[in-house]
Amino acid sequence: MNEMNDIAKQLLKEVSGLEELPKGAYNIRDNSQSVARQSSENIEIVGKKDKSGIDIIVKPNTKSESVYIPALVSCSGVHDLVYNDFYIGENADVTIIAGCGVSTGNSCDGSEHNGIHRFFLGKNSRVLYVEKHIGVGTGTGKRVIDPVTEVEQEEGSYMEMETSQIKGVDSTKRFTKAKLKANATLVIKEKLMTHGDQFAESSFEVDMDGEDSSVNLISRSVARDHSKQTFISKINGNTRCMGHSECDAIIMDHGVVKAIPEITANSLDAMLIHEAAIGKIAGDQMIKLMTLGLTESEAEAKIIDGFLN
Amino acid sequence: MLKLENISFEVENEKEILKDVNLTIEKGKFIAITGPNGGGKSTLARVISGVIKPTKGKITFNGEDITNLSITERAKRGISFGFQQPIRFKGITVHSLLNVAAGKDLSVMEASQYLSEVGLCAKDYINRELNAGLSGGEIKRIEIATIIARNTILSIFDEPEAGIDLWSFNHLIDVFKKMHSNKDVSIIIISHQERILDVADEIIAMVDGAIIKRGAKDSVLPELLHCEDPLNCLKCQDIVEA
Repeated sequence: MNEMNDIAKQLLKEVSGLEELPKGAYNIRDNSQSVARQSSENIEIVGKKDKSGIDIIVKPNTKSESVYIPALVSCSGVHDLVYNDFYIGENADVTIIAGCGVSTGNSCDGSEHNGIHRFFLGKNSRVLYVEKHIGVGTGTGKRVIDPVTEVEQEEGSYMEMETSQIKGVDSTKRFTKAKLKANATLVIKEKLMTHGDQFAESSFEVDMDGEDSSVNLISRSVARDHSKQTFISKINGNTRCMGHSECDAIIMDHGVVKAIPEITANSLDAMLIHEAAIGKIAGDQMIKLMTLGLTESEAEAKIIDGFLN
Repeated sequence: MLKLENISFEVENEKEILKDVNLTIEKGKFIAITGPNGGGKSTLARVISGVIKPTKGKITFNGEDITNLSITERAKRGISFGFQQPIRFKGITVHSLLNVAAGKDLSVMEASQYLSEVGLCAKDYINRELNAGLSGGEIKRIEIATIIARNTILSIFDEPEAGIDLWSFNHLIDVFKKMHSNKDVSIIIISHQERILDVADEIIAMVDGAIIKRGAKDSVLPELLHCEDPLNCLKCQDIVEA
């Protein structure tokens, strides 16, 4: 922690809530280098030998442990690429706090972080994955985060991903791919707010290969100013399974949101639903909050805060 | 406390919805406004709360001309308005809306108290989102709880009974009686329910955008229903309870 600059410390606090090193397992990455790392009895973190990144190995039957793996780009002009692989043992139950903060400082050089995360969930394991993306700095360079996530779930496993990116990141292209075996469940909750001239694309591709597997993708987003967002959800039901995706977006100013669902039932017993609702803030909602004493701008902020809560 | 002078509201190329309405409501009064659908009752409530601006006339509240004040400014001066069809919000919790209504961060205990007053088991609702998962009756009671939490000198309710089951309705009457026990506050309720008309100090009958009669229930209902004995007339009972 001592060798981290103030920008890195600020980013760390924002993305993971950490002000000091946590107990248990962690790996803190700053400007393409691991600056602090610790394994625990049940969670081992080892550096990759052939490329940049780490393997996180969770022993079977590990219960209620957390692992922190924030990645920071606190210097401008850094283009970081990292490969992180998570191996979750059978019956393990862990929380993974990830997150990525990029800063351009006050320079005109851009900063970029591209993380490729792969998850291998053993039978009946449970993972809660929490990831926050932020961008800071007054520099004119672009702050770019392009994450790729691949998930392979064995029978009976459960994975919940909570991702959020509220302002600050100029361009993001997120791709999430998952394959589910029998009785596996995947829940993804995505929150996104873009402003200025930002662009964000979030694309999902889920294959439900095992009987009684299920996926639930929930995206809530707000596009302000001249920002643009695209939400693509491809869900393939290849057997008896349940798939649901929901894209709920508020557009403001000149914001543009595109939702492209692609649900494919390759089995008679696949049940797939896609819902998408895009629109401006309802006038009645504003009026209601104003009758409770809020000004127009306070009412708008309350609605957005609640929506992305 | 509240004075409406020559209030009219008309929409271009449509009929006049309010026609030269004059109305004074004194401090501590509980007034029920009744009358047939399309008579202008809800429009009048919306004009008072500032949701719509009258095309003619003047509104005075506590001695101040509020005709040109915004919804927010009127709310801050002490006017509350319970919607006939409460609004739903994705992500905003019941507790959070009660905080907005009260104008401060309420403790769980304080927020629960408001929910209990409208007959909702607080622990089941306090952290619920005000989304489509709530039934019409539930969200209506939460709407009424927000008005109680505001604790303003004028509360307007637009058909508070709509969507509420009979058991809860009895409870609701007690809520209004309790509010009315504070002689500093005035209450205006738009309603068709005889039991609400029973507990009001005065009834106002509105037909075709105009007030046709104001007074005690026994004098207003015969006028409204064109019937000499509406309370014992089965046909009129159906209309009143509709």
